[in-house]
Amino acid sequence: MEFIAAVSEFDRHIGGVSSGTSPLPPPIKRLPLEDGAPATQVAPGAAPPVGNGPATPGGFTAARRAIGAPQFSIRRMEIDDVSVSYADREAVKGVSLPVRQGEVLALIGPSGCGKTTLLRSLNRLTELTRTATLRGRILLDDVDIRQIEPTSLRRRVTMVFQQPNPFPMSVFDNIAYVLREQGSRRQRKKALEPKVHSALERAGLFEEVKDNLDHPALRLSGGQQQRLCIARALAAEPEVLLLDEPCSALDPQSTQVIEDLIVKLRDDVAVVIVTHNLQQAYRVADHVAFMYLGDLVEYGSATALFGSPREQRTKEYVSGAFG
Amino acid sequence: MESSVATRPPAPAPQKPAKDPVEGSATWRLSDRIGLVVCWALGLLFCAIAVAIVVYLLAQGIKYLRPSMLVTPATAGFSQAESGGFSDALLGTLIVATMGISIALPAGVGVAVWLVEYGRPTALARIAESTIEAIAGIPSIVLALFGTVIFSSTALGFLSRTSEGVVFGRSFFAASAMLAIVALPLVVASTREGLSAIPQHVREASYAVGKTKIATTRRILLPAARPQVATGAMLGLGRIIGDTAIIVVLLGATQNFAPVGGAFPFNYLRGAGTTLTNFVYEASPTGNLNQPEKAYAAAFVLLLMVLALNAAVDVVHRRARKVGTWSS
Repeated sequence: MEFIAAVSEFDRHIGGVSSGTSPLPPPIKRLPLEDGAPATQVAPGAAPPVGNGPATPGGFTAARRAIGAPQFSIRRMEIDDVSVSYADREAVKGVSLPVRQGEVLALIGPSGCGKTTLLRSLNRLTELTRTATLRGRILLDDVDIRQIEPTSLRRRVTMVFQQPNPFPMSVFDNIAYVLREQGSRRQRKKALEPKVHSALERAGLFEEVKDNLDHPALRLSGGQQQRLCIARALAAEPEVLLLDEPCSALDPQSTQVIEDLIVKLRDDVAVVIVTHNLQQAYRVADHVAFMYLGDLVEYGSATALFGSPREQRTKEYVSGAFG
Repeated sequence: MESSVATRPPAPAPQKPAKDPVEGSATWRLSDRIGLVVCWALGLLFCAIAVAIVVYLLAQGIKYLRPSMLVTPATAGFSQAESGGFSDALLGTLIVATMGISIALPAGVGVAVWLVEYGRPTALARIAESTIEAIAGIPSIVLALFGTVIFSSTALGFLSRTSEGVVFGRSFFAASAMLAIVALPLVVASTREGLSAIPQHVREASYAVGKTKIATTRRILLPAARPQVATGAMLGLGRIIGDTAIIVVLLGATQNFAPVGGAFPFNYLRGAGTTLTNFVYEASPTGNLNQPEKAYAAAFVLLLMVLALNAAVDVVHRRARKVGTWSS
């Protein structure tokens, strides 16, 4: 409803006439739901589909996908029939997925569908929740992650969070903290410098902060903070990088920078991204997994899942009928 | 009114309000208006009281305080001109403040870290929590009495003057230990507040790069909570230097240092002594010394210390604001 109001307001503004006779087609598409109630959706992407509408249920067209096909793919992690429960409530139900280096895997689905829980179970962060239990197997390079000591696992599978959360210290120390042994302060700044710089470079932040490495990290802009968090996650030289809605707190420009970065990173690390933003999943991901109420509904390449979803629920979700 | 909303005219002419459109109290109930007036009056009253205390003490203090008082110990004399100053009391205050806070700060931070970051088993955490709240509510004179029981025991005789097997139980050690208990709840409460204000995802971000809980606490959480830890320490210090009951019972009975045997500085710390609060109490018209002018002078010094602590808390917080914080 808000969209309709906003759009007609917009039309009045530019057309100077009532919304009915606007020269611009309103970027609104209606799809029938199962019970016949119309659903309202803004077509994805910046530009509204022109003319007779999109070719796919979601309105995703191949032209808007800027990234090329992956050059290679190496299987890094294997999620094998994993279920995660919080006390009695099952948040993830028997999900199996591969995680490959050279590709970006996006987990999509409505709120509460278990995608973040699944992501957090990949580096055993779910274990911090006392009531959480995990069944099934998750393999990292063919080793069950339950046999890897959590701290060393989490250095191989690092994570970036929804809210930018640099530590309350300087930009340099944020990275150096990761490089140093646990709580120690050993290893002088000089010795760490090359590694810190390279981590910042990989996150595309070095040019912006190279003169201000001693400034408090919490003084950076939101987008820079998030890239610092990515740099921090990369400093551990992980095999898998987990991103939990990394752009949801950021403005569109910062989002764009981070999306470009994610695509660039896929050759070095296996990237798994959880996102609410379907367009984002479409822009950055090579494979997409759609989850709903804990179930893995559909898994496939981004073009296939958005272009021609096999499942009815996927079709409805990517076309905006719910979610 | 309601019908005019339903049948809104197509273009309502904007009416210029007669006054600035600020919410007035004209529509308030009478009881609300009276309440507002009472709030204002009370607020002004307390401001006036605080200002009166500070101004009066400053005026009296400046009138009677001589720099020589700060460096001359109290001596027996027939008039206020002959009885010296209160240097021992001033030093005593600094000693109990240092010793008290150096016990209370690490202990308090430790308790707070355990409560916020570990706190298992839950039942034990709840007991610890209510114990600390109970301590915060205990009058310091009760703690002082309890302190005499503990420090008069033979086992702790090495901490105070002992004569023919009788342990006096009065010493800087005894007073500082009990004063630390007075300050502890303030340190714990403030540190807890600081730690709890750190969003959970910041901890997880540290765990997610393979850090242990203890490394996270040491390198991320405690530094992030430093302003609150400092505030707790300052508040605790304020309580310590302001406490009189514990000093009178566990340290006082003299206006000078009364060192006992042993190597320096333990001979002093094991002996009795005094602080500014004790001096003010004794020098006030009701006390044994009855030299009110010096009481004002000492009270003035005490007041300056407390005001300095308040200013320090302010500085710490302003500096913390500069570093920035997370959006939650």
